[in-house]
Amino acid sequence: MSRASQLMLARRKAGRWHWTDIAAYTYLAFGVVLMFGPVAWLVLSSFKTQAGLLEFPPSLLPMSQQEVMVPGNPQPLPLFEVTMEDGSKRVLAQVRRIGIQAQMVDPKDPTQQFRVPIDKRVPVRQFKLATENYTEPLERFAFTRFLSNSVFVTVVATLITLLINSMAAYALSIYEFRGKNTAMLMVIGTLMIPITIILVPVYLVITHLGLVNSLWAVILPGAATPTGVFLLRQYMLTLPRDLIEAARMDKASEWQIYWRIVMPLAMPALAVLAIFSIMWRWNEFLWPLAVLTKTESYTLQIGLNAFQGELQTQWHYLLAMTVVTLLPVALVFVFLQRFITTGIANTGMK
Amino acid sequence: MATSPSTERRTAAGLLWTPFAALIKLIDLPMRAVQRLIGERRMAYVFLLPNLLFFSLFVFVPLIVNVVFSVTGGAALFPSERPFVGTGQYAYLFDCGSFLDPNSCREDHFWRGVANTARFTLFQVVAMVLFSLVTAVVLNMRIKARGFFRAVYFFPVLLSPVVVALTWKWILQRDGLLNAGITALGGERILFFVDPSWAMFWAVFVSIWAHMGFYTLILLAGLQAIPADLYEAAEMDATPRWRAFWCITLPLLWPNMVVVIVLALIKGVQTFDEVFVLTGGGPGTATLMVVQYIYETAFSNQVQNFGLAAAASVVLGVVLFTLTLAQLAASRRKDA
Repeated sequence: MSRASQLMLARRKAGRWHWTDIAAYTYLAFGVVLMFGPVAWLVLSSFKTQAGLLEFPPSLLPMSQQEVMVPGNPQPLPLFEVTMEDGSKRVLAQVRRIGIQAQMVDPKDPTQQFRVPIDKRVPVRQFKLATENYTEPLERFAFTRFLSNSVFVTVVATLITLLINSMAAYALSIYEFRGKNTAMLMVIGTLMIPITIILVPVYLVITHLGLVNSLWAVILPGAATPTGVFLLRQYMLTLPRDLIEAARMDKASEWQIYWRIVMPLAMPALAVLAIFSIMWRWNEFLWPLAVLTKTESYTLQIGLNAFQGELQTQWHYLLAMTVVTLLPVALVFVFLQRFITTGIANTGMK
Repeated sequence: MATSPSTERRTAAGLLWTPFAALIKLIDLPMRAVQRLIGERRMAYVFLLPNLLFFSLFVFVPLIVNVVFSVTGGAALFPSERPFVGTGQYAYLFDCGSFLDPNSCREDHFWRGVANTARFTLFQVVAMVLFSLVTAVVLNMRIKARGFFRAVYFFPVLLSPVVVALTWKWILQRDGLLNAGITALGGERILFFVDPSWAMFWAVFVSIWAHMGFYTLILLAGLQAIPADLYEAAEMDATPRWRAFWCITLPLLWPNMVVVIVLALIKGVQTFDEVFVLTGGGPGTATLMVVQYIYETAFSNQVQNFGLAAAASVVLGVVLFTLTLAQLAASRRKDA
């Protein structure tokens, strides 16, 4: 402990503690609670039973009432700690509740029966993860369908994005050709036109292509991205030209140079774009919301939104599904955080 | 080019690689033919083609068609079946007694959206700049575990808007964690999504929570580019820290600040998803944003009014275009 505090309090540069240092650490500690807290609470809550979620004030950990099998009863009975009339406390199982009275039985000796006012009993609770929140939606809702739709969209869209954007970046970085500036300008121009302002006409294009309610309607419009072209082009500009000239001498075709030489060398930039694309696609909301109207073509995000809008929100399932939706992004973050932050720092885009 | 060595290896990866390599070879055949036909230099057009095709089909053509939609009426989707109405949609949209009072407008929802979006963007940009500046400055101090703390502030950027909104909705609901805290301190439960002011407050708060990390990163990059010897010189002269901040940090960070402000403005004007999932635009129309108005007018209302939605998006597009020009001007000054 003292070592830990020594480590914490050690200053990189010898000197006294300035009040700004204390303020900084206070701010950071507050930040940890504010940024991590809500997600931690979401995950904890997702393991609570439906009854547990209705409790107010809520318990911190997922607790549920202990149950016990008593001979003579087909169902397990809930356990309570009961304050008896003489002030002693006993652990009893509840057979049924009649108004403000509860009929209780001693689980060790089922012949002993009691009638107890319901305000004299407190549930016996134990820590239990309600994993059924995760397993039941898999069987009962179109949840697996949403999940597979999301995976399909993310994987296919990312592959297409990597392919066509790297091809364009290759053309714009390796060649000198007439119209290059126009092409660059077109790519820059698309940066200024987010999907929010062309929803209706893109919907028309998709209708013309006969793709409404198909997953391709979600995949295609965002496949070409100016961010991707720039990111890859910037990287490809740094590649040595001699390599390409040498390959041309060896009678390699342009496609082979692109695929066999430039693509492997551009791997770091491709990885950054792949991570970005996976995040964009997995999280995409407005466009799929507009173009997908049938439940079976919903992605996870649209499915979650539809599910939360229902009259009686079933929070125990909703929270678990939210955690599942968050999981891939969390994994990407834990393992690839450095790629993402440098990617944003280099392009100023996300 | 000889075959890649991995194609000869009899490993699982090799088995997967073989058909893939074959596919690439297959593409190479027509590509070679095209190359023979048009020559090496012009292959650039072939490589550009798919990308520009996508851009044309899903960006440039729609941009023009959008204008066509906005000057036609009726409920049909295909432009050939839509009667020309001239500036009718715009006239309807702008038919207002006073632009400052949505109630005096014929299309009051649009103007409520405009007013809400303006209010939201104003609060959000001010708070965003403030908090991301403080966070970036703190993260740039000589602190332990900087990588960890940077990650803490950054990770919500990656969460989907639906996940962000549901996470906070769960905390802010009637029997949620926050109300538990309030009652524990002796207060009364607050129905945050029933009170218009609270709903707007949380809409702003949640979107700052979700996106602050991104702007912090931009400012942090700017801070790290400030030469350290400036601060050392200031320390030599026994300059107080706040003065060093005021006279060194702020002026040198200003270009990044401008980028942050304009980017936050551009994003703020387009706000939709988090707020839509969090409040649904409610209570009533208290948090209805322009993009939600466009989405609902075109897609989710009983009568789909594509023309009106297109006219509203043209208006939004003009605003965004102006902001983007401001951004370009700002970043040009930064480069100079």
